[in-house]
Amino acid sequence: MARVVLVGNLAQVTGGVAEFDLSATSVQQLFRQLTALHPALERHLETGVAVAIDGQIYQDTLHEPIAPDSEVFVLPQIAGG
Amino acid sequence: MAKHHIEATVNGDAVEFLCETEETLLDVLRDTLNLTGSKEGCASGDCGACSVMLDGRLVCSCLVLGCEISGRKVETIEGMAKGDSLHPLQQRFLEAAALQCGICTPGVLVASKALLEKNPDPSEHEVRFWLAGNLCRCTGYDKIVTAVMDTAAAMRKG
Amino acid sequence: MAETNGHSQANGHSYVGTRQIRPDGVDKVTGRARFGADFNLPGQLIGRVLRSPYPHARIVAIDTSKAEALPGVKAVITRDDFGDQPSEFIPAGEMMMNYKDVVRNVMAREKALYEGHAVAAVAATSAAIARRALKLIDVKYEVLPHVIDVVAAMRPDAPLLHDDLFTVGVEPKPEKPSNVAKRVEIKVGDVEAGFKKADLVVEREFKTAPVHQGYIEPHAALASASEDGSVELWTTTQGHFIVRAHCARLLGLDIGKVRVTATEIGGGFGGKTVVYLEPLAIALSRKAKRAVKMVMSREEVFKASGPTSGATVRVKMGSTRDGKFVAGFAELKYQAGAFQGSPVQPGTMCAYAPYDIENVHVIGYDVVSNRPKVAAYRAPGAPISEYAVESVVDEIAKKLELDPIELRMMNAAREGTKAAYGPKFGPIGLEETLNSIKKTEHWNTPLRKWQGRGVASGFWFNIGGETSVSLTVNEDGTISLMAGTPDIGGLRAALTSVAADELGVPYDKVRPIIGDTGSLSFNFLTGGSRSAFSGSMAIVEAARQIKNDLIARACKLWEAKPDQVEWKDGAVRPLGALAEKVKPMTIADFAKVSGKTGGPIGGVGRINAQGAGPSFGTHLVDLEVDPETGRATILRYTVAQDAGRALHPAYVEGQYQGGAVQGIGWALNEEYIYGEDGKLQNAGFLDYRMPVASDVPMIDTVLVEVGNPKHPYGVRGVGETPIVPPLAAIANAMENATGIRFTELPMSPPKVLKALKDKGLNKA
Repeated sequence: MARVVLVGNLAQVTGGVAEFDLSATSVQQLFRQLTALHPALERHLETGVAVAIDGQIYQDTLHEPIAPDSEVFVLPQIAGG
Repeated sequence: MAKHHIEATVNGDAVEFLCETEETLLDVLRDTLNLTGSKEGCASGDCGACSVMLDGRLVCSCLVLGCEISGRKVETIEGMAKGDSLHPLQQRFLEAAALQCGICTPGVLVASKALLEKNPDPSEHEVRFWLAGNLCRCTGYDKIVTAVMDTAAAMRKG
Repeated sequence: MAETNGHSQANGHSYVGTRQIRPDGVDKVTGRARFGADFNLPGQLIGRVLRSPYPHARIVAIDTSKAEALPGVKAVITRDDFGDQPSEFIPAGEMMMNYKDVVRNVMAREKALYEGHAVAAVAATSAAIARRALKLIDVKYEVLPHVIDVVAAMRPDAPLLHDDLFTVGVEPKPEKPSNVAKRVEIKVGDVEAGFKKADLVVEREFKTAPVHQGYIEPHAALASASEDGSVELWTTTQGHFIVRAHCARLLGLDIGKVRVTATEIGGGFGGKTVVYLEPLAIALSRKAKRAVKMVMSREEVFKASGPTSGATVRVKMGSTRDGKFVAGFAELKYQAGAFQGSPVQPGTMCAYAPYDIENVHVIGYDVVSNRPKVAAYRAPGAPISEYAVESVVDEIAKKLELDPIELRMMNAAREGTKAAYGPKFGPIGLEETLNSIKKTEHWNTPLRKWQGRGVASGFWFNIGGETSVSLTVNEDGTISLMAGTPDIGGLRAALTSVAADELGVPYDKVRPIIGDTGSLSFNFLTGGSRSAFSGSMAIVEAARQIKNDLIARACKLWEAKPDQVEWKDGAVRPLGALAEKVKPMTIADFAKVSGKTGGPIGGVGRINAQGAGPSFGTHLVDLEVDPETGRATILRYTVAQDAGRALHPAYVEGQYQGGAVQGIGWALNEEYIYGEDGKLQNAGFLDYRMPVASDVPMIDTVLVEVGNPKHPYGVRGVGETPIVPPLAAIANAMENATGIRFTELPMSPPKVLKALKDKGLNKA
């Protein structure tokens, strides 16, 4: 099971729950599983988040694989200027 | 109010144009004579992006009126290269990466050329204070100053 | 299929990492290059904007009839010419943009929310007529009380900008609207427990003023709308595909019907990632049925384009007496300007990013006030929060009598460190930059009285993003490279080097251009330090397609199998016995027979670049304070920053130097000065004082290269990090020089002099 942590305000949407153990093997599955647990997360996950998998930050990509022992963080989206 | 009819020399060419009283030399260069190399950064003489030579003197063309150049000589960035040859400053700026976005570059080159014509052996201090009227937001001035001094040294060698 | 990889070399020479002359350079040194305001169309009209003279006012009525009647005026637009937009958040920069806000920022609707807010616009046959027409527009304002300062705007009795703004991120949800748009928070460990373990706790509050990106080129746009609903637009922008999206949305157009050309751009730094004039120029053009050109004056740039936030930041850090940081707390209050969306979120994430601290808690508030909507400015949010944290780190070093570099080394984030915002870092170069600084002659030079030395570190995450490039082999074997991210400072040189190396051709046989939106698939904007990182990655992909295609063509021509050929040094080469039968074929050879062997030769890289690695930097500055005037003179400045791999070292150095000098300006002189009336008093370069050549010394650079394993060349974006450390480095140097900790920026001469006088120190 991948360990998934919601960073920042996302934990508010889930009523304070910030850590999950999920069987997701891709970012797309991850979002589906999170949304199934907390439907209010859906619109946040659709736009406005980055996903860090084992230290590498990915943005705007659904198919990045997640390994069974991955450490995953769901972060606010980052850009720049 | 009727427009002014002006005849002058720009980059060695005789030019003739009409302009309103309130049109600046920069307006005339860019909009009437289609010489868009001189840039408007502020229209108040603070940034130097519009620098040109007027009768051999470095000026901000946004602070000169178009109708003031009657019978006079203007040199802009477009006149700096001679035929196929870039001016040594232009060449050195390219080699030294002394420009990033390039918007200040025409003004900086015109001003630098004016400096070296007046003082072929400027110190770093003198280069910096001479160019203090040319704002650059991209380079931090380092490579510009180095390029000017290196060009001065190369030109002194002949 | 013989796979290709690696970095071909033309005759053993690699261009990547060398200082080639930029392909767009000659035009830029001769004045030939065309920037936004250099484009003209025959018969074009000149557009100008009427702007609110009040920082906060209800717009009761607008009467444009007299303006419309003025001979030479061909179109007038107001809020009535833009359909309202529903409230919907979409990513735009590091901020989430709400189109309901965007349409109102572009043209005021119910209220004018800042001095300079666009209220109407005209297109006329000359600039003079357009200006006269503006004076004939009659706007009835109901002036409202205004608020500028972020702390003042947070008070419950502050004038309210939006009656539908309810703070997001607080529980329970507020019942009354306020000026606080959002509260954000990141939390790791337990800071209270951490502070209990600390031998030393330092707490400070800091204040920064709004500063402008300061690009020398004002905003400019030229729009030509056709009767069939299509639009052509030329604009100076960091992201023409983003401009296209915004304009299509605001004007109800199909994206495919809008074609945007990015002109050369005279500086952006984040400030040209949004739209101001473009939708107005298009709307005017549609109405006038003629092309419309609009250019901002310098005053308009200051009053009506987004600077960055001013902020109040409180920092509290705990350390053991040996210098191990055990707790880091910060509370950030950032101004967003008239509409929500300050960079407070990345500010919270960056604040403690350089350090390995077990317990971190950072809270941030996004607050609206009657100022122009902020736009991104180079590492948005990070310079402010890291100014505060790095100042406190310096204070800790002083109090514990530890070397400030040693203290940072002791706590430095390294590969495997868990960042304060969650994930573990991959390989990073913070320690290398600290070590580099320590080794410099600069660090070891003795100082005199009234001279001070300061050091600070910083970082930016960097991003990848959607990127499309095309490589085409022309009939004579030359290569056309089309990228889609505007070149703001040397990108084409870097990409040309990569393409030349990938294809094994000479550098000057590759010609790069920035394509318009009709010529390429989507490209996210130039920003986030992404264009060289992503562009080079996409070129590798495009080149791979070409190489694979040529190998396939060779196999057909030579009736060979893939294992009998290889791509090497710019040609497909026969291996083994085959080499006795056929000669290698170069790209130019294939180009001659492209039609016969299958058709035109080219490759397209269309990627969503991932794998961006952060770039850490450490800055060292010496300055001297004149106690009689309060003026600080920068004596010496060194930047050490991790580029991963510098595709073009000179332009990487240029980023380090330029960002450092922007930071010098931010630290020592730049600020928006408002009067009691909420109006900007210094809307020009004379009084908005940016560094000039005589204000700064040479900026020495140390190019650290800790390769990014996720990029084919090891590249890390570098553009933004350089502006993050200077504020604190300079504040730390000031403290070192004067004994006074300045907690308010800018440290301009009057403020420094006053502080010196208060301590009786203002004598040489």
